[in-house]
Amino acid sequence: MAQTVMSAHADVAGAGIELDDIQGLLRFGFKHHTEAVFLLLQVTDAAAARQWLGNVQVTSSVSVDPLPKTVLQVALTGAGMRALDVGADVVSGFSEEFLEGMAGDPNRARRLGDVGENAPDRWDWGSGARVPHVAVLLYALPGNLEAFQRSIEAQCAAGFELLYRLPTVNMGGVEPFGFTDGLSQPELDWQRMIPAADQEQLGYRSSSCLGEFILGYPNEYGLYTPRPLLDAQRDADGALPRAEDNPDNADVGRNGTYLVIRQLRQDVRGFWQAIDKYARGVPAERERLASLMVGRTLTGEPVVLGPGGGVDNAFTFESDPEGDRCPIGAHIRRANPRNADLPTGGIGIVSQLIRTLGLNSSARARDLAASTRFHRLLRRGREYGVRLTPAEALSAPPTQSGLQFICLNANIQRQFEFVQGAWLMGSKFNGLHEESDPLLGSRLPGAAGTRCDYFSMPQAAGPAQRLEGLRQFVTVSGGAYFFLPGIRALRFLVRVGASRSS
Amino acid sequence: MTPQSQFTVVAPITAGGEAALRALLITMNSAPGVADPRNPLVPFGEFAQLHFARFVILNDPTLGDIEAYGVPRPDLPNYLALVGDCDGPAGACLAEMAQRAGAGLRRIFGHCEGFDGRVDLLAWMQAHDLPIAASYVNWVGRTVLQIKEESALQQLLSARMDRTPVASAAEARQRWRQMVDLVRNEIAARRLSLTSPEPTPLDWVIAKSANLLVSLLLSLLALPFLVILAPALLFQLRRQETRDPEICPRPDSDLLVELQSLEDHDVSNQYTAFGSAKPGAFRRGLITLVFAVIQFTARHIFMRGYLARIQTIHFARWVFVDDKRRVLFTSNYDGGHQAYMDDFINKAAWGLNVAFSSGVGWPHTDWLLLRGARREQYFKYYQRRHQLPTQVWYKAYPGLTLTDLDRNARIRQGLERELSDTEALAWLKLL
Repeated sequence: MAQTVMSAHADVAGAGIELDDIQGLLRFGFKHHTEAVFLLLQVTDAAAARQWLGNVQVTSSVSVDPLPKTVLQVALTGAGMRALDVGADVVSGFSEEFLEGMAGDPNRARRLGDVGENAPDRWDWGSGARVPHVAVLLYALPGNLEAFQRSIEAQCAAGFELLYRLPTVNMGGVEPFGFTDGLSQPELDWQRMIPAADQEQLGYRSSSCLGEFILGYPNEYGLYTPRPLLDAQRDADGALPRAEDNPDNADVGRNGTYLVIRQLRQDVRGFWQAIDKYARGVPAERERLASLMVGRTLTGEPVVLGPGGGVDNAFTFESDPEGDRCPIGAHIRRANPRNADLPTGGIGIVSQLIRTLGLNSSARARDLAASTRFHRLLRRGREYGVRLTPAEALSAPPTQSGLQFICLNANIQRQFEFVQGAWLMGSKFNGLHEESDPLLGSRLPGAAGTRCDYFSMPQAAGPAQRLEGLRQFVTVSGGAYFFLPGIRALRFLVRVGASRSS
Repeated sequence: MTPQSQFTVVAPITAGGEAALRALLITMNSAPGVADPRNPLVPFGEFAQLHFARFVILNDPTLGDIEAYGVPRPDLPNYLALVGDCDGPAGACLAEMAQRAGAGLRRIFGHCEGFDGRVDLLAWMQAHDLPIAASYVNWVGRTVLQIKEESALQQLLSARMDRTPVASAAEARQRWRQMVDLVRNEIAARRLSLTSPEPTPLDWVIAKSANLLVSLLLSLLALPFLVILAPALLFQLRRQETRDPEICPRPDSDLLVELQSLEDHDVSNQYTAFGSAKPGAFRRGLITLVFAVIQFTARHIFMRGYLARIQTIHFARWVFVDDKRRVLFTSNYDGGHQAYMDDFINKAAWGLNVAFSSGVGWPHTDWLLLRGARREQYFKYYQRRHQLPTQVWYKAYPGLTLTDLDRNARIRQGLERELSDTEALAWLKLL
């Protein structure tokens, strides 16, 4: 039986969802746990490491009252599974990108924009010999982290070497540039209300099938994402859940997911100084330009809604097809274009057929990026460094601030890598050219020498206004792909390793 | 208007010649899989009418899959293919290549059977140029010259454009007028050129119209028979769909790495897939019909920037090899491979199923249109497993995507006619 901090009891979740087996990070952002640190470990003594991983208390997704003082979550890389001797028969069932790792292939680095200043060989961790094996994420209510961290680090010392500590600070829901962050999140269908079927969606919705974020459940195609399935005989005592789609198999993936960590160093001073220059020192203009780059104001209001639009998350860009209010290349519009499977048009089957065949030119013009429901990320990042206001940032000495970007997804390739590569870094995203994400772009010219350092802001009355010569504001300084297992799967993986090694 | 055409020169590789051929082909590249336009073997950049070209070795590791259908693994050769898309007749392009890159082509094709120093290179290439079963051209009539000239035009105007808001549509028209004058001056000073399109070849117009007429006539004639036969054909389709084995294992990691090493060096990519057709007369008939329908729609409907909802394909083609036992598919597309495949799955899975479900091992379809490629991961495994590494790939206009070409063409069109005030404002927004 899984050893969870709390006893399992049914709450919000629908039938057949084992909340007590799912790590809490999938359901909660732990926002009351304002203190957090992420420990990146490498195995030095496999037996001791397994011993610790097999017994450590891992917080599940069950809601409890009062909140636990401390929370611990565990995730493993492919290298970590090998170090724990999990065995190729199990490990090979994980996805290709997970097994190769974020920095394991120069072709991947090229696709993700991890080139130039972002190149893995310049990272503080995550590349070469500095690939972590295990990530231990610690969260605590105010005042409780220090002792907890000390105790966990002491416990880990027998089996692991501490490769890197990712610190975090509580910036109150604001990222280092000063923008309210984490507003747009997919809503997981914990009740399993969305039918497990392949149906074209004619409207944007922010809810997502559970299988987009948790393995072992149907995804937006109504299918089960591949994951390691084992002959049930390998798990005779039933320690693992059985696969829903294949009851003869034990499901190592069920209740787990992939966790992506990227350490993003933000040049806060450089960002505001650059924008101040474009704004010729006028504070209101500075804020306007920065808001257009992000797609939201500092306080989080989507610019597409105009002043007084509120921070409602139910908006789309439908009313602004040319980007006159929210630029096509604004960060939030690249990261989530908020559209449906088919461009909107007249009602009725004939109109739908015409759009499906591509014969409606107005629909085609809005169809370059589509079907966002297959490319959503559940974000769980935390800030680090010093929080500055834009005015402070202009005069402050350079700071080491940034984001410990974390996202969860069941298919790294179709979700994180697609959003990062095709949408954020893509210099031709949605018909744009000569620009990539205004916040994250590396500004490196294309292979043909084409520039990539513009940011265009279409306007109703004339040609698009452009910021020219944008600098790089965000630098990747580490990253890795992890598997965040179900709690039973974690114990199973450890046991498999132990039996192979004994 | 100059129509585009395509060539697909396919010849078997001599026994034991493949390794040396691979080594030779790689010398043509400046980055993995990316041809140096000035490489001494075939300096693609010298052929002004050439849009895309590739050399690819057709060595199908999935040849044995057909055994799952109760058919023995056939003994078929590996081929070398030279694939290209050009303005004007393919024969003229091949002739120019034979003339100006004859030595290099002879060295390359010297690894093919039946090729020796004495053959007439052009005649040999034309004899090996396989007929195209179905082809797609993103924009019929858009030439390499036009693309390059319009790109230069866009760059000039974009740099010189006054980007302050206009007070009125009338002012937009004034600003447009200034740009028209600017372009006129630049052309007069020979810093810019905008060559007028050639007259459309009469034989092409006649052939196209005749094709339309004959196709419609044949369809009309065939319709009653199809209606009568429909129940039997649908029964047969359904019977096969429910019984055909699905062969979609996860592709080998080494293959994936090799394919990916050839991708994403610029904004566009190549795709080459090769595989066997399902055995039997029914499939043979179906695949022939399907390609005829694709060819018809590409010729008469999808010739202005889109193939159904897909707007990222420059050129694509299907070619029968080995007496319709195998099919070669090649395409040139914008964006990364992942986005290309997701685009297809999410926008036109039905089209993929129609076009490819007669391929051995294709993910299970329902009624030819449904499921199949919507079985996302099976399809993704399938297409990667059937993809071949393209040893050498050339694109005449690096850095430009179809949305660029389309925008640039509209910019030019806005200079060549009188615009109303509101049209002038819309034109300014293109820049």
